[in-house]
Amino acid sequence: MTAPAAAGRKSILVASRHAHPGSSLPRSALDTALAAAAFDQPVTLLFLGEGVLQLLPGQDSGAAGVRNLRKVLDSLPLYEIETVYADAAAAAAFGLPRDALPPQIEWLDAAGMQALLDRHDHVLGF
Amino acid sequence: MPLTYALLVLAAPASGHASLTAARFARALLARGHSLQRVFFLDDGTLTGLASAVAPQDEQAPLQQWVSLAEAQQTELVLCISSALKRGLLDSAEASRHERPAATVHPAFELGGLGLLVESAQTADRLVTFG
Repeated sequence: MTAPAAAGRKSILVASRHAHPGSSLPRSALDTALAAAAFDQPVTLLFLGEGVLQLLPGQDSGAAGVRNLRKVLDSLPLYEIETVYADAAAAAAFGLPRDALPPQIEWLDAAGMQALLDRHDHVLGF
Repeated sequence: MPLTYALLVLAAPASGHASLTAARFARALLARGHSLQRVFFLDDGTLTGLASAVAPQDEQAPLQQWVSLAEAQQTELVLCISSALKRGLLDSAEASRHERPAATVHPAFELGGLGLLVESAQTADRLVTFG
């Protein structure tokens, strides 16, 4: 299990529920998670609803003139964000090919997401 | 038991009611004896600090709601600096650094890094998102 509330530190769950690049919120969610990790705070990322589309492989947002977020996602282990959680029902609804998605994802059903929210001190919804 | 709150505002002031709802929530928690440590504005939420916003006369102005909270309650209002700069929200230091003609941020707000949001997550009992 991720984000242990170590030594009195409060754990943060960053929940990302918008698709990129149609919204600036996915980038802000990632920036927030990276900032928390940079300050050694326990942080967990959850992609739910349309947010799971951020996980798609082969994204090329260069022609759209915006940064490729999947590259940022692939760099998360460098920031010691090892596990990323995602909404299994949304992935199925959007027909995401699981074998092409980042390997560190742990898929959750509704009860799993409820438990994840429950065990964090703060939930930030982007 | 009195709690320490911090708020995260992601919503733009002119898009829907989230910004006004956040300001009402801030007043309500203060009225109940809780304390409000900081309001952190991120993403489109940083537009809240735009000094030149003019609300129609028959509508509540989010800017004024926040400014009066800052003045009456000494609430710290922080705009995420990277979100703010992208959207043209500059204090006088940033305006001169980036050679822009004028400061655009209302003086009740300050620019700051995401580290302040992370700090609030550690020090506040409750961190509530409005977006």
